[in-house]
Amino acid sequence: MDLFLQQLINGLNVGSIYALIAIGYTMVYGIIKLINFAHGEIMMFGAYFAFIFATSFGMPVWAVILVPMIIMALAGVAVEFIAYRPLRDAPRLSALITAIGVSLFLQNLALLIFKADPKVMPKLFPETIINLGGVEISSTTLVTIGLSLFFMVLLDLYIRKTKQGRAVRAVSEDKDAAILMGINVDRTISLTFAMGSALGALGGILYSVAYVQVFPTMGVMPGLKAFIAAVLGGIGIIPGAMLGGFIIGMVETMTKAYLSTTWADAIVYIILILVLLFKPTGILGKNTREKV
Amino acid sequence: MDKNKRKAYIINTISIISLYLVFFILIQTKVMNKYFMGIAIMTCIMIIMAMSLNIVAGFLGEMALGHAGFMAIGAYSSAYFSIALMDTGFPLPNIIVLILAMLVGGIVTGIMGFLIGTPTLRLRGDYLGIVTIGFSEIIRIFFINFEPTGGAAGLKGITKLVNFNNVYWITIVIIILIFTFGRSKQGRAIISIREDEIASEAAGIPTTRYKVLAFTVSSFFAGIGGALYAHYQAFVEPSKFGFMFSIEMFVIVVLGGLGSLTGSIVAAIVLTVLPEMLRGFAEYRLLVYSLALIVMMIFRPQGMLGRSEFSLTKFIESLILRKDIKNSIDGGETR
Repeated sequence: MDLFLQQLINGLNVGSIYALIAIGYTMVYGIIKLINFAHGEIMMFGAYFAFIFATSFGMPVWAVILVPMIIMALAGVAVEFIAYRPLRDAPRLSALITAIGVSLFLQNLALLIFKADPKVMPKLFPETIINLGGVEISSTTLVTIGLSLFFMVLLDLYIRKTKQGRAVRAVSEDKDAAILMGINVDRTISLTFAMGSALGALGGILYSVAYVQVFPTMGVMPGLKAFIAAVLGGIGIIPGAMLGGFIIGMVETMTKAYLSTTWADAIVYIILILVLLFKPTGILGKNTREKV
Repeated sequence: MDKNKRKAYIINTISIISLYLVFFILIQTKVMNKYFMGIAIMTCIMIIMAMSLNIVAGFLGEMALGHAGFMAIGAYSSAYFSIALMDTGFPLPNIIVLILAMLVGGIVTGIMGFLIGTPTLRLRGDYLGIVTIGFSEIIRIFFINFEPTGGAAGLKGITKLVNFNNVYWITIVIIILIFTFGRSKQGRAIISIREDEIASEAAGIPTTRYKVLAFTVSSFFAGIGGALYAHYQAFVEPSKFGFMFSIEMFVIVVLGGLGSLTGSIVAAIVLTVLPEMLRGFAEYRLLVYSLALIVMMIFRPQGMLGRSEFSLTKFIESLILRKDIKNSIDGGETR
């Protein structure tokens, strides 16, 4: 039972990171129907910036987390402006290829600047083990879960309560109608990229702290899994991305603990395929009827 | 057979043979060394892979991001078969073994494509893309854990049966087969689904059946590509068939133009040869490659040839008559 609770906490830990990254995918998809393959690389750069600030500049912890988030928010906006905006009216697959191109570009840029060898991420948070009735939780795990939940709630409030948040929802619902209502669509899309990238960077920092490593291709696998989480929850739906992230994290941790480490990824994909076969728009997705 | 068609056949046959002769002379005079020959063989394999992916991505217009998985099935099944066949000691000429192995790889992959396609083709667009990624990753993880084919260490001891001579002719045959398929009744039905699924269903085309057919044919040829790859490298390992490899093939198809088979051929040649040419810059190589990709897509989002095919006959005609060269790129015509 203790082992199970332990794994449950681990699952929450991994799941909250996936959820953070998945939000970026789902927001961008919701607003411009693009799978932003570069999101994994945004996450990777966020982790690298945190690594540099923590080791070379010795910044306080809050700055080590917040500054990379701001930098990556700006980077996300820049990526959208340079690579995706010219293609907004082009066929969707061309935009997808551009996203892949940006992803490869950023990956190789990181490879050039930081070299291929993994760097050891310093511990950002003071390490203490908290004992909760036989279950041992490290403070890093608690901080990871707490920070992710905090930012997710913040985002949710922002999207639901503020004027800009309403604009984001309006544009993802119907872009043309939003223009007619006087919403600045370009600025709203930039804002979406900024928020998604900031959360992605946070996810990257927490991921690198959890796995104690930063390396240029670190964004690929968690990026893919977070994207799967977004699809699982129903792409374009923010609570769906959070739910999907937690499910993927939980399934992965549980299979690793009880079934097999080598098959863990395969089981994640099998669950994804089964969910999509029975509910093609994801768990929280609504079925849209097809009209002639 | 009408006169134009015959003329086109003659011109294409002559150009195929003369291209082969050029390569033959280059190889005989040692201008083309082993390194260049390797690039040429890989280019041929990538042409097959890109064209087979184009059946689903271009003709059918669905996003299939798991082509590497099918290639893996073809590579492993054909290699397993050829090793077993060689072990029996039955005296067969190499080319026969290769053709049998290709057929086994193609058929096994085709069956897998059918089994995967039947339930998944109910999905659309990005969801289908994700499910195909999922299947291809499951296939890769399966081969990592499957001991009879060497597990993560890979399958060794495959006889190297592929050389430039046979892969060139095999590629030509497959190009002809896929072109013919594209213009057959089935191929046109598949294209009509891309154009408007509801309309084609209303016109009496069983859309689900043709979707599955496109998927099966595409995976059959992907299996053949995988078989050639296995018998060229003489070694297959699961890590080669990752997600990025599927993406690489998809990039070739989109860059060449979705639905344009000649575009796929040109893009496969460019994107296989270009990274090799840039090898001198070593670490800047992939940076340049990805930048080229972004710039290309921004300025020509429909790909090099769009949906049209390059026609050699028309190209020569326009050269002779000094007509606008652009006429040689025209819809619906074979090379």
